[in-house]
Amino acid sequence: MIELTDIRKVFNAGNPNEFVAVRGASLVIAQNRMTVFKGPSGSGKTTILSLIGCMTRPTSGRITVSGREITSLPERFLTEIRQRTFGFVFQQFHLLKGITVLENVMLPAYPSGQRHLSLREKATGILHLFGLSAKMSSKVEWLSGGEAQRVSISRALINDPAVIIADEPTAHLDSKLSLELMEILGALKREGKTILIASHDPLVSESPFVDLVVSIRDGLLKEVEERK
Amino acid sequence: MSRIDKHRNILDFALSSLLRRKRKNIALVIMYTSLIFILASVIFFTEAIKREACILLENSPEMIVQKTMAGRHDLIPDNYIRSIESIRGVQSVRGRLWGYYYEPTRRANYTLTVPEHFSYGTGYIAIGKGVSRTLEAGKGDLVPFRAYNGSYVSLEVADVMTAESEIISSDLVLLSEPDFREISGAPGGFFTDLGVRVRNAKELPVIADKIRRVLPDTRPILKNEIVKTYETIFDWRGGIVMVILMSAVFAFVILAWDKATGLSSEEKREIGILKGIGWETSDVLWLKFWEGAVVSLTSFFLGVILAYVHVFLASFILFEPVLKGWSVLYPEFRLVPFIDPFQIMTIFFLTVLPYTAATIVPSWRAATIDPDSVMRL
Amino acid sequence: MIFHPAVISLSAGSVLVSSMLLYSSWFGAGILGKWDIRSGSELQLGLERRTYLISTILSYAFGFQLISFFFFIFTAEHLHGLFTGAMCAAGTLNVNQYGYPTIILKMVNFILIGLWLVINYTDNKTFDYPLIKTKYSALLILTPFVLAETILQTAYFLGLRAEVITSCCGSLFSGDSAGVASEIASLPQRPLLIVFYASMTATILSGIVFYNKRRGGVVFSVLSVSVFLISVASLIAFISSYIYELPTHHCPFCVLQREYSYTGYLHYLFLMGGVVSGAGSGVLMPFRKIPSLRDIAPVIQKKLTLISLTFYILFTSLVTYQIVFSGLKLEGY
Repeated sequence: MIELTDIRKVFNAGNPNEFVAVRGASLVIAQNRMTVFKGPSGSGKTTILSLIGCMTRPTSGRITVSGREITSLPERFLTEIRQRTFGFVFQQFHLLKGITVLENVMLPAYPSGQRHLSLREKATGILHLFGLSAKMSSKVEWLSGGEAQRVSISRALINDPAVIIADEPTAHLDSKLSLELMEILGALKREGKTILIASHDPLVSESPFVDLVVSIRDGLLKEVEERK
Repeated sequence: MSRIDKHRNILDFALSSLLRRKRKNIALVIMYTSLIFILASVIFFTEAIKREACILLENSPEMIVQKTMAGRHDLIPDNYIRSIESIRGVQSVRGRLWGYYYEPTRRANYTLTVPEHFSYGTGYIAIGKGVSRTLEAGKGDLVPFRAYNGSYVSLEVADVMTAESEIISSDLVLLSEPDFREISGAPGGFFTDLGVRVRNAKELPVIADKIRRVLPDTRPILKNEIVKTYETIFDWRGGIVMVILMSAVFAFVILAWDKATGLSSEEKREIGILKGIGWETSDVLWLKFWEGAVVSLTSFFLGVILAYVHVFLASFILFEPVLKGWSVLYPEFRLVPFIDPFQIMTIFFLTVLPYTAATIVPSWRAATIDPDSVMRL
Repeated sequence: MIFHPAVISLSAGSVLVSSMLLYSSWFGAGILGKWDIRSGSELQLGLERRTYLISTILSYAFGFQLISFFFFIFTAEHLHGLFTGAMCAAGTLNVNQYGYPTIILKMVNFILIGLWLVINYTDNKTFDYPLIKTKYSALLILTPFVLAETILQTAYFLGLRAEVITSCCGSLFSGDSAGVASEIASLPQRPLLIVFYASMTATILSGIVFYNKRRGGVVFSVLSVSVFLISVASLIAFISSYIYELPTHHCPFCVLQREYSYTGYLHYLFLMGGVVSGAGSGVLMPFRKIPSLRDIAPVIQKKLTLISLTFYILFTSLVTYQIVFSGLKLEGY
């Protein structure tokens, strides 16, 4: 369970280009639910995901993850928590060019000291689940949009995280693929994972798998809508 | 277990990263290897030549006595031999005859020496390889020598010498005493200098002192002083070259810094992604460390091996003029290969260390890219 | 000034390390003033990032110190031919008054940097950087030591003149001359042997006790430092004689040469490894009370103790083997 209390995030503080991305957000994110953060670009939803996912520290306020306060943890501990708890799916997929699909999927787990061989097995298993076994040794440049999307999710799953965070996952997908994506995320939710999505795509927010929709504007949480 | 695996994984990725940016890394390795090659060549050569000098001096007497006149070297009369022989501790004294012979047509300097035992007798010479090459003369050929009075002395080549160290014998001409005196004009009863052998090496300075007192116009020279002088000169010369090459090291360090700092946008993106998917700053630092280690080790081995080949198999072609001085007769010699851990360490210190130091701060800058940045790429 | 490439590289390397430490100290001073772990401001984040840089720099400096210690001796060894009277590194170091202080300071700095790294490692293991101020204050103290070493080494190299007649280790480390070296060399051998083995046994025992029962950490640490000093003295006073099989040969440097299988390197490596880890364990004692370190500090201390014990046991075994199988019998000395 993740709890945000009065979070504020300011970029370039003290400089002329100072920018307040999030101002005073408070929220509780329940386990095993799918939450969508809805809002226009620049509203701060990416920053909120970043804060929840331990990628950056809030300028003020408190964040607790599974009861442990992470607000002022040094980077190495934040990273450790992030590795264990969160899996990221980025808007641009952000797969590394020049290495194979399999290596891309194994990459997040490299520093954790697991044996190379067992990582390979794990990654192969995940890719098989997503029907990508044939593409394991391909370079990522040769993948179609849908395949890249699934590789991206596979990579997010290598460390067995409890929470999946997706930032505008449908931005580069057509409707068919978008619905497919939501199916996959729904299936992951059924397996017990918590899903957080930032999106302004109605296909996402209107999806039957969604439990909670949070509307954001100008760095503030405007509206919280429970579904079902 | 897990720490080894962690590094194994990171090293794996480091290798693949290096290969992904072939052009930049190959250029770097070439520069790095060249630098190590040059420095290692100078170091190997200096050391090898020092050792050659020691081999050269192995068979020479522990002390040589020269007569001086007004500070210049003069011929020494043979009655001095008796005076020195009578000093306690002196085992034997031998008059030595040697000198230089300049051949104007080929502009070459030879060293004429009368050895202790010259088996071929009057009318014959034994010559070194360098002389043989310059004169285009082999066994059985007649070689004319212009004597001090303008006449010519023709001597037949009895042998072309091969010696342990070509540097010693290359420009040597061995001949008999009468022939030497005929060519040089050195009168009978006089020698170029005296070779003195003593019973106990520790007594050398004492005996040298005594000789100076008994024969005030002489100058005793101890072998170990010569060795020291050689060592100092070669160290000094090697060091001067080194100092000059420091500018090369400096330039290289700047290059290394530049390459490390100037991350392409692709590289920045990659590191951003790594940080985003869960790599910590120290993990990226280790990645950079391994990249640097692979580059350094590859260049180091390549550079040292190439230098070894250059110095010992190709006779240090590129650098001869600097370190050999005014000698006209360049012997086509092969230096006795010698390499020790000390030299390797010196090369390592001069090259790998500055490179590593130059990359510390840029690596750190790369490693501290904000993970948050990946969200905004 | 001898222009040997090794001299140039040692000097350049030393200057490099000194500048790296100065750079680190300057930033360290900045951290001391403005550190605030609770703040999420960009300034704080910048400071945290800076600490990575300084850790990295100090780790490299540590590696350099170790190598340069041996390289310096190597160089002194190599240059001995240029100085009348010098037969090995001992003579070269004695050419002017800066030689021996330089080598001692190199050893000291190696140990000091090692201790700093122990504190740094511990600090990084927990989530609130409890030792940050300690660490950077320590860095401000460490830097002058390293600077002093660079200055001494430079003075030494500049003062190397071939005309100076120096002494051979035979006279430096013999019983007859004056000076610390011969004082050590002329220590009575039987009693010192007993002291050596006794103190080593005490150290190892106290280390085992500390490892298993977590008590007596300070005792172990103090013992590990004193046994280091006793071992160095023993090396000079009698152990080297056994290796040379010559009762009057006490030189601590000749043992680094090929004819003695380079065994000196093992001696020094083991001893330096032992003292750094032993002292490192001790240095953490006052920090055990800090709440965030309460669990982690003893674990680190245990590891360090184990490392220290391993090194000292290796040293003792090696030395005992060398004494027992030496052709020399030193009864009655």
